Amino acid sequence: MIRPFGWNEFLIIVMAAQWTIALSAIAFAGGGVGGLLIALARVCDIRPLRLASLAFIRVFQGTPLLMQLFLVFFGMNILGLAINPWIAAAIALTLHASAFLGEIWRGCIDAVPPGQREASTALGLRYYNRMRYIILPQAARIAVAPTVGFLVQLIKGTSLAAIIGFTELTRQGQIINNATFSPFMVFGTVAAIYFVLCWPLSLLAQRMENKFSRATQR
Amino acid sequence: MYDFNFAPVVASFDQLLLGAWLTIRLSCAAMLLGLIVSIVCAWGKTSGPAPARFVINAYIEIIRNTPFLVQIFFIFFGLPSLGLRLSPNGAALLALVVNFGAYGTEIIRAGIESIQKGQVEAGTALGLSKLQIFRYVVMKPALRTVYPSLTSQFIYLMLTSSVVSVISADDLAAAGNDLQSATFASFEVYIIITLMYLAMSIGFSAIFAAIDRMAFKYPLSR
Repeated sequence: MIRPFGWNEFLIIVMAAQWTIALSAIAFAGGGVGGLLIALARVCDIRPLRLASLAFIRVFQGTPLLMQLFLVFFGMNILGLAINPWIAAAIALTLHASAFLGEIWRGCIDAVPPGQREASTALGLRYYNRMRYIILPQAARIAVAPTVGFLVQLIKGTSLAAIIGFTELTRQGQIINNATFSPFMVFGTVAAIYFVLCWPLSLLAQRMENKFSRATQR
Repeated sequence: MYDFNFAPVVASFDQLLLGAWLTIRLSCAAMLLGLIVSIVCAWGKTSGPAPARFVINAYIEIIRNTPFLVQIFFIFFGLPSLGLRLSPNGAALLALVVNFGAYGTEIIRAGIESIQKGQVEAGTALGLSKLQIFRYVVMKPALRTVYPSLTSQFIYLMLTSSVVSVISADDLAAAGNDLQSATFASFEVYIIITLMYLAMSIGFSAIFAAIDRMAFKYPLSR
């Protein structure tokens, strides 16, 4: 029996957005921690650590997110863990976000004028204090706009978790579509919800970028 | 301890190569068609009438703020209800062109805006037609400026194209799906496929760097 696409179906899809938001939040928080470690490893003085973090970034930026999801999903099985799409998606997206945020933030750390590092070293600040009080606060200001931009990419990326069977927004759309058979309405609704989530962030990133480039142009 | 079994993957490696070949062809075709869309839209956005600018802006924002997966579902499952029925490969190509077009437009537009006004005025003074100015004075140096962003967008397009496997197009990821459901060696299959994608993105980066050295040899004077 084919169910019509009505108010109830619409609400079910809207409610599924909470899982998209939860998955994005977890991946963004985990990726924030991982990304900071990767960025610090990329600019540190220890050569093997620099190369390892570079390789991590190149591998994650040079392979499809879908394959990363599959590898974590089936890899958990090999490690003897129960296959759980929710955990697999969270781990894969966290690793993915760590690589991308690491590369973005490395650029921001490099953008801090070298004189700042030299001056703070001359003042006798050791590594921790130098990073904590001099370099990272300045890099953070540069990093805000591209980080928000990446968050949009991450939210869109969570849709791929649908393929390994995690019921977030896109998967719920598929399920409703299978019952109602009105793909135009269903996927139009799903796309509209993603748009409502992402567009304000895109505008915000754009605005901050313009503001920042005006402030640094002088 | 898990026993890795790569034998079935090696035995069917030609299937994977066939898939990789389609991924490359699909990406290249989507890039070329998408570039045409981008150049037309960028031209419309910088010097078109207001309604055209509005439509182009809406197109860019909608595509850039929704996932590719949803776009391909919309095209493959949604469009037939409007009477447009596409094969999986056709729908994949259309989705990739539409997706690349939106990102490409913004890249090309940034390149066009980097051309100084005096250069266009010089072209007018030399008696070039509007189309000639666009082609030789604006487009050529603009493409050079945005070449690095365009090539990294192409790599991104190629990686994104793995998503078309969900509508069972015949690309590399789909070849992997077929192979893993035939052999049950899921992890081994996807490791190999992932390495193939990695090799393709490294390979294309090298090719683009070589093209860069050959095509943009003439010196910049600023």
